Amino acid sequence: MFDVIVVGGGNAALCAALTAREGGASVLILESAPIEWRGGNSVHTRNLRCMHDAPQDVLVEAYPEEEFWQDLLKVTGGLTNEKLARIIIRGTSTVRDWMRKHGVHFQPSLSGTLHVARTNAFFMGGGKALVNAFFRSAEQLGIKIRYETTVKHVNVKDGIFESVVLDNGEVISGKSCVLACGGFESNREWLKEAWGQNENGEWPADNFLIRGTKFNRGDVLKNLLDQGADQIGDVTQGHCVAIDARSPLYDGGICTRLDCVSLGIVVNQFAKRFYDEGEDFWPKRYAIWGRLVALQQGQIAYSIIDSKAIGRFMPPVFSAIKGNTISEIAQQLNLDVDQLNQTVNEFNQSCHVGTFNHNILDDCHTENIAPEKTHWALPIDQGPFYAYPLRPGITFTYLSLKTDETAAVFFNEQASPNLFVAGELMAGNVLGKGYTAGIGMSIGTIFGRIAGQSAADAVKKMKESHAHA
Amino acid sequence: MLTLNTLIADAKNFNQPSESVMEVQRVLQICNACRYCEGFCATFQSMTRRLDFNVADVHFMANLCHNCGACLHACQYAPPNEFGVNIPQAMAKVRLETYQTYAWPKQLGSIYQKNGLALTMLTSIAIILFLLSLQTSSTGLFNTNTDANFYAIFPHNSLAMIFGSVFLVMVLALTLGVRGFWRQVSTDPMMLGAAKDATLDMLTLKNLGGGHQQGCNEADDAFSLWRRRFHHMTFYGFLLCFAATSVATLFHYFLGWEAPYSYTSLPVILGTVGGLGLIVGPIGLLCLNLNRHPLHGDAAQKPMDIGFIASLLAISVSGIALLALRHTPLMGILLCVHLGFVMGFFLMMPYGKFAHGIFRSAALLKNAIEVKMGKSVSVGSD
Ligand SMILES: Cc1cc2nc3c(=O)[nH]c(=O)nc-3n(C[C@H](O)[C@H](O)[C@H](O)COP(=O)(O)OP(=O)(O)OC[C@H]3O[C@@H](n4cnc5c(N)ncnc54)[C@H](O)[C@@H]3O)c2cc1C
Ligand code: SF4
Ligand code: SF4
Repeated sequence: MFDVIVVGGGNAALCAALTAREGGASVLILESAPIEWRGGNSVHTRNLRCMHDAPQDVLVEAYPEEEFWQDLLKVTGGLTNEKLARIIIRGTSTVRDWMRKHGVHFQPSLSGTLHVARTNAFFMGGGKALVNAFFRSAEQLGIKIRYETTVKHVNVKDGIFESVVLDNGEVISGKSCVLACGGFESNREWLKEAWGQNENGEWPADNFLIRGTKFNRGDVLKNLLDQGADQIGDVTQGHCVAIDARSPLYDGGICTRLDCVSLGIVVNQFAKRFYDEGEDFWPKRYAIWGRLVALQQGQIAYSIIDSKAIGRFMPPVFSAIKGNTISEIAQQLNLDVDQLNQTVNEFNQSCHVGTFNHNILDDCHTENIAPEKTHWALPIDQGPFYAYPLRPGITFTYLSLKTDETAAVFFNEQASPNLFVAGELMAGNVLGKGYTAGIGMSIGTIFGRIAGQSAADAVKKMKESHAHA
Repeated sequence: MLTLNTLIADAKNFNQPSESVMEVQRVLQICNACRYCEGFCATFQSMTRRLDFNVADVHFMANLCHNCGACLHACQYAPPNEFGVNIPQAMAKVRLETYQTYAWPKQLGSIYQKNGLALTMLTSIAIILFLLSLQTSSTGLFNTNTDANFYAIFPHNSLAMIFGSVFLVMVLALTLGVRGFWRQVSTDPMMLGAAKDATLDMLTLKNLGGGHQQGCNEADDAFSLWRRRFHHMTFYGFLLCFAATSVATLFHYFLGWEAPYSYTSLPVILGTVGGLGLIVGPIGLLCLNLNRHPLHGDAAQKPMDIGFIASLLAISVSGIALLALRHTPLMGILLCVHLGFVMGFFLMMPYGKFAHGIFRSAALLKNAIEVKMGKSVSVGSD
């Protein structure tokens, strides 16, 4: 029998497995995906948000605990557990050396990303390189890994973990267990149920794209909630961004994001604007546009820019829809030609052009128009024009198992002595809503390590109590 | 020289991207929207200086890629993902086209790429047989005087003449090729500082460091410095052998010291050390090549790679054997074998793997110029 069973094969699971192994436990990793798809959403990540009081290896300036905490407080609107959040924030200041020890490489921030070099440490090669390094280290340390192994049921008796049951019925018992198998974002039925039907009779979730793995189906989450595990978070909350509507259903990853929203206007399928495109910098507003598009009829929208915007945003993965006139754009997008012309004209006339500067909240804004565009409002008048279709892209869901500083799973407010949780599966404890770049990996890494440590300690305690008995 | 017709033909080639070029354009568009690999090597840094990629850009970037595999193992879009991104493979296919496009005569280029090993060996064997027949007719198969005097078999001047002219013709072919390449890819002015940077990149194989100086990928996602080491041994081994020949030539013509030189003389020491490098290096590279991850590079190019490695190995092994046995009756035969392999190598130089060194150096130079000029497209944010 293994000391620690780790369910999942992403960053949180690997951090837990490695830490438990370092704590002397024998460890088995159960990963649902086949080897070539291993690593979950973690393979799509790029960086980790880290606090630091002074410049540190790949990080510039300082990003003190308080500022990190305030940033988190702001995006979550207070829906966060301060105690856990501070544990995570502090943990990020020293965790990079541990990661390096297991083969992860960080890179100095290069093109176009300097403004995040202060808050975020970038993985060289991205999350897949990180996951590869962790798996290699796990194998070297003698951790056993089983791919294509999906856990369907967790046997818990009086809050005590006993075994896991696989989809083929196989039962694997262990002395303790870490659950780190992600959210439920790729379970389309569950998403549909959570988002329900809107006033137009549509099921919005049918039109969602999943940015990450198709293996995060939430089986274990549902199973534990059904067994009375304490839950935290709202089922419709998550990280939902607007991505190119032409993206694949799963695993479109980072490249499908569209950066040009703040440079033009966004219209819905009635060719009307519906929100302030210039509200704030794109990385900050990025996370709200998924929800905004989800609330539009047909769950679709179109970002429209003109030639002045070209070269001012990250190159998109799909080519733009191009037209010499707004009418041509409307025809290609199947939008009402007159309405789109009217929307653009009204917008252009309302632009109060000051000094355009995409690096600051500039003074180019609209007047007497609803919704307004508060910054970077330049008339859309220089052809050719370009458009990109937008759909809601789900990054991950926030419905979670409630936990504490030991990463224990709770049943009726009682901490389990040997069942722990990490990563997306408990992210809702700190992310009630909203998102700030790089914090997903901060949560997964720090709580992965805590869960692994707690699991190893639980095994030690059991051994000691056996010895005394 | 280039005629109007060939110019027009070349221009046509350039305006109609081949399938391999279009594949690189497709994957680079994905990479440019992703950019996770920008820390690995110069290829990605040159990518971020562009918003789209014309054919010349693609040729240039393909020759910047060292086929190290790092970006394949790190790629979130590698097969079986729908996007199916495999940068090292796509780049390798275009590189082959570069060698082909600029090879002269072209046909020889494509025959070599398909049958590198066979072609090099057959050419070398043909030359060996020819040399042997020459030798047999003058001194008999086994030489009788064991004073290690090569020139008793082939007079120095005729050797220098034959090898010198073949070498010059091949250098000319390569130069014309790389000049054509340079004209397509670079419109920027030359810069001295850039030349220095490019030379350093070339001599240290900086881009095989994986960005973190732990090396590149071979059979799997683990990093290894062995390719860089074996490449260094091969490259510097080759240079030392070349230096040995040059020093010997200087001795001969300027100092009037004729071969054979003693084991402790400069040309022999250079040749021995270089020869050993040229044995260990290519054997290492061959082992790595045979065990490469199947998704790396372009499997169709293995014959070319192996032909090149085998040819270097044949030169060094026969050279060391000649040195060791030069006082025996086998000397004449070994001399023919060694010279045959050297000649075979020279003849194939512009049509395959050797060209990669020249084209890559040109690409590194272009890259260094771009970096020095501070070229960039400023995109808003990440
Ligand atoms: C496109 C994209 C970009 C992102 N970029 C960043 C970023 O730059 N920085 C950042 O901090 N965060 C980022 N995130 C968020 C980040 O991916 C997550 O917060 C983090 O990966 C969560 O790690 P995890 O280990 O909990 O889950 P995952 O990495 O998703 O791992 C879950 C694992 O569980 C397995 N699994 C699921 N169900 C079962 C089962 N029943 N049995 C066995 N195994 C199962 C899955 O196969 C998978 O291996 C990004 C997400 C996406 C989609
Ligand atoms: S190789 Fe893959 S991970 Fe790397 S930049 Fe290109 S698309 Fe991104
Ligand atoms: S294979 Fe290596 S050298 Fe080539 S582009 Fe990828 S990382 Fe760069």
